[in-house]
Amino acid sequence: MTLSVNDVRRIADLAYIEINEEEAKAMLTQLSGIFNLIEAMQSVDTSTVEPMFHAQSVVQRLREDEITETDQRELCQSIAPQVEAGLYLVPQVIE
Amino acid sequence: MFNDSLKQLSSQLAEKKISSTELTTEFLKRIRELNPKYNAFITVNEEKSLAQAQVADKMLASGRAGPLTGIPIAQKDIFCAKGWLTTCGSKMLSNFVSPYDAGVIERFDQAGMVNIGKTNMDEFAMGSSNETSFYGPVKNPWDILAVPGGSSGGAACAVAARLTPAATGTDTGGSIRQPAALCGISGIKPTYGLVSRYGMIAFASSLDQGGPMAKSAEDLALLLNVMVGFDPRDSTSLQRDTEGYTRDLQKPLAGLRIGLPKEYFAKGMSKDVESAIEKALDEYRKLGAETVDVSLPNAPLSIPVYYVLAPAEASSNLSRFDGVRYGYRAKSYNDLGDMYRKTRAEGFGTEVKRRILIGTYVLSHGYYDAYYIKAQKVRRLIAQDFTEAYRQCDILMGPTTPTVAFNLGEKSNDPIQMYLSDIYTSAANLTGLPAMSIPVGFGDKNRPIGLHIIGNYFMEAQMLNVAHQYQQVTDWHLKSPV
Amino acid sequence: MQWEIVIGLEVHAQLSTRSKIFSGASTAYGAPPNTQACVVDLALPGVLPVLNKGAVEQAIKFGLSVDARINSSSIFARKNYFYPDLPKGYQISQYELPVVQGGNIQIQVGKVEKNIRLTRAHLEEDAGKSLHEDFHGMSGIDLNRAGTPLLEIVSEPDMHSSEEAVAYAKTLHALVRWIGICDGNMQEGSFRCDANVSVRPRGTEKFGTRCEIKNLNSFRFLEKAIDYEARRQIEILEDGGIIRQETRLYDANKDETRTMRTKEDANDYRYFPDPDLLPLEITQSWIDQLKEALPELPPARRRRYVNEFGLSAYDANVLTNSREVADYFENTVKHLPTQAKLCANWIMGEISGQLNKEGIEITDCPISPAQLGALLTRISDGTISGKAAKSVFESMWNGELDKNVDAIIEAKGLKQISDDSAIEKLVDEVLAANAQQVSDYRNGKEKAFNSLIGQVMKATQGKANPAQVNAILKKKLTG
Repeated sequence: MTLSVNDVRRIADLAYIEINEEEAKAMLTQLSGIFNLIEAMQSVDTSTVEPMFHAQSVVQRLREDEITETDQRELCQSIAPQVEAGLYLVPQVIE
Repeated sequence: MFNDSLKQLSSQLAEKKISSTELTTEFLKRIRELNPKYNAFITVNEEKSLAQAQVADKMLASGRAGPLTGIPIAQKDIFCAKGWLTTCGSKMLSNFVSPYDAGVIERFDQAGMVNIGKTNMDEFAMGSSNETSFYGPVKNPWDILAVPGGSSGGAACAVAARLTPAATGTDTGGSIRQPAALCGISGIKPTYGLVSRYGMIAFASSLDQGGPMAKSAEDLALLLNVMVGFDPRDSTSLQRDTEGYTRDLQKPLAGLRIGLPKEYFAKGMSKDVESAIEKALDEYRKLGAETVDVSLPNAPLSIPVYYVLAPAEASSNLSRFDGVRYGYRAKSYNDLGDMYRKTRAEGFGTEVKRRILIGTYVLSHGYYDAYYIKAQKVRRLIAQDFTEAYRQCDILMGPTTPTVAFNLGEKSNDPIQMYLSDIYTSAANLTGLPAMSIPVGFGDKNRPIGLHIIGNYFMEAQMLNVAHQYQQVTDWHLKSPV
Repeated sequence: MQWEIVIGLEVHAQLSTRSKIFSGASTAYGAPPNTQACVVDLALPGVLPVLNKGAVEQAIKFGLSVDARINSSSIFARKNYFYPDLPKGYQISQYELPVVQGGNIQIQVGKVEKNIRLTRAHLEEDAGKSLHEDFHGMSGIDLNRAGTPLLEIVSEPDMHSSEEAVAYAKTLHALVRWIGICDGNMQEGSFRCDANVSVRPRGTEKFGTRCEIKNLNSFRFLEKAIDYEARRQIEILEDGGIIRQETRLYDANKDETRTMRTKEDANDYRYFPDPDLLPLEITQSWIDQLKEALPELPPARRRRYVNEFGLSAYDANVLTNSREVADYFENTVKHLPTQAKLCANWIMGEISGQLNKEGIEITDCPISPAQLGALLTRISDGTISGKAAKSVFESMWNGELDKNVDAIIEAKGLKQISDDSAIEKLVDEVLAANAQQVSDYRNGKEKAFNSLIGQVMKATQGKANPAQVNAILKKKLTG
């Protein structure tokens, strides 16, 4: 499989990471190399194999529907980039 | 004191030969002296550490002390600790003072251990040399031209240089074992699910596992007794009866069947490593163990599978770093989208961005089945290989790394060469098996070599026994670079 | 050309749990911003989700109430996209294996019953809110709602008019409230609809290109948005244009839909199983236990009302719009079991009208079912006329005389004159005084009869039993 600079730009856009032309080109070289390495796994026949999403085959544990958390706004917002009136401020959200 | 085992420190504290405050003060002094040379710590907070030492001294005085009360431990900067700067080695979190404690931090606090500082690491644990840290590389105390390994390089260096008696690490593809090997210390990654991941900043959730790093297997066993335990806040944390990890340390090894996977003794391993491993295996034969050849045919695919799955999970796990609620936010931007893109472009380093892009790609429309699902299937084949191997042996051994520590800068521009550092270690993460590294000698340029021990699920006590028995007849683990 | 409208609905119902789906923070509405956003909801580094058992139980209850399949194993997946109200940069949802699959909902449009098939219902977490009032040109983010459990209920494209879509939405709305899994408060956003609308030439099979209209937060908007959107699409097609697949927003002020985003800039959500959450396993015994605790459902009640009480399908449908109304009805009927239709009429008429007027719920109705039953008993035993009963009802509503029906009748002197001899006497008097009308009637002027009845009623101030007056008058005039 071959990657293009356009692919790199598209995934950088999906990942919300600004990337300039030069970076995109450098990234392309490295990613292509890494995907060549990854390609080795395509040679294995996995037609009858189930994916293994978890290291342990256990099922989800459930929490009782109880309120256990208290208001920590002051503490949590003491480390926020920008807050006002208890809200996190961001550049205007346009819907 | 700096070379003392945890057991020795524990009895000195119990016998009031030294107080936790004195012990902590000594280690803090040593860090002050030596850390500028090694860069093993990102944050040292003498006031906080000493306050904890005082609490420990009260516990000791009132008879409420446990075996490790009062002993310093260095925490990898991936564990959120309330009131501590917790950076994960990244500019993105360079201003993040955690408002809460990780499960692991709570357990060590409850045991009365003293947090002596937060150790340096590869950014978001992505790296095998500690060179991706925003806080600069850590030096290998055996040779400051060499890397300490990564991502828990600060922890490995701090233990090796005797800046702390013990440390925590995390291991997603080898991040405890590889630096332990390169710095000549002992480290264990327990079975996935034994150590709480709550408050441990996620790299690849299904592979990440915390574990202790220390001088010896016996120290590791004592630390595991504290570190392992169910945490209801982590859905993947396992509910099991507590076990004492020191219980089997003294068991003789006669009759132990050690499996040697031929794939781990193939090309790629350097001569010096090979001969050190062979000598270690001879030692085991002398201890009454037998070695059997086994095969893990799909194990060589661990690196390809790992470099699909870990970046995939990471790309999603790191989406929360957006400059909205905490952490770094770009200084200037045009609009919301620009704020996100600049924050993430400036806040993340190159390696992290590289992995986010790989992960984004393998999960994107049209590639998911060919990469992500395919990798999860091969992952199962790898796990089946191990199940098969454990029918023929009790434990697996091989080299932890293919070579001794490489030089700083040697591989930093070649990600693929860097990724191959985890060639022997990443299978244990994919399968969730427990694995450890112990020092077994020195190779090129007198740099340390580690023996990789992979156990079956939940066989940590047996692995520690196997490592401890070796350390009873050898002294590699007692060697110190300073 | 004749066009057929095709509609499928996606409904997001906020589940009425105490705590959030993956954290122990409260879900209560209306708290000061970010005071109910704990470290997990804020997506601080290192935090992890643990699934709320209550949310799962409510999803199962829903599945059971629509005859769906409850998957014994289901998977939580991450839907990745960036938005300031989405703290993790992904929403935990279900993708390939939802908790509920299939199911059916019967709706009633006018006199016609129709079955709407459900595709699935899955659990997911809600996002926070962006507040756009001006913070020096910035938006404020409140994450109190982030992590509130949602059940997304997806229908098949089985509806063909806005009327059907509204009927479906209302039936679903009634159902989720009925089984107690959602408070249904649309103003607070507890029940939100997205509509997928397409059109095709009547008689053809192939679906047209659809547009999704987002966040319709009232039944009226749902109806208007679908009507507008269908008209828009038909106009484009009739002008020879083509429909672009896109997401549209309904603007209630302008009563129109407009483009929100096109398919081209649609996100690539990169769904994958959440590695922080394990497969959700639901055992048959758990399902059975919840099934047992489920209340009698609207369709069963409707059948019973028709079969046992002889109500029309329409009445049965109206009464089962909410469990509270249905319960009120049944508690009233208890007091006069043979007069179910009378009870139904009064509840759908006077009671519902008065509740609407005052904007209160039936649970806050000042007249209890027992009190209403007492009033209706006095109608059915002939003590008072229906008209007088309305006056008694008014007094009861206002709390007069402890809402004692008989005391009010007494005090107001509303008791009917049902004594034959007394009525005969009155009739005789009226006939004697109105010889002209009597002869008019006998000469075939039917209208004169009504006038005579009116005279009798007037003479008794309306208290005479009209049926008796009628009978006696007829007898005298023809006799």
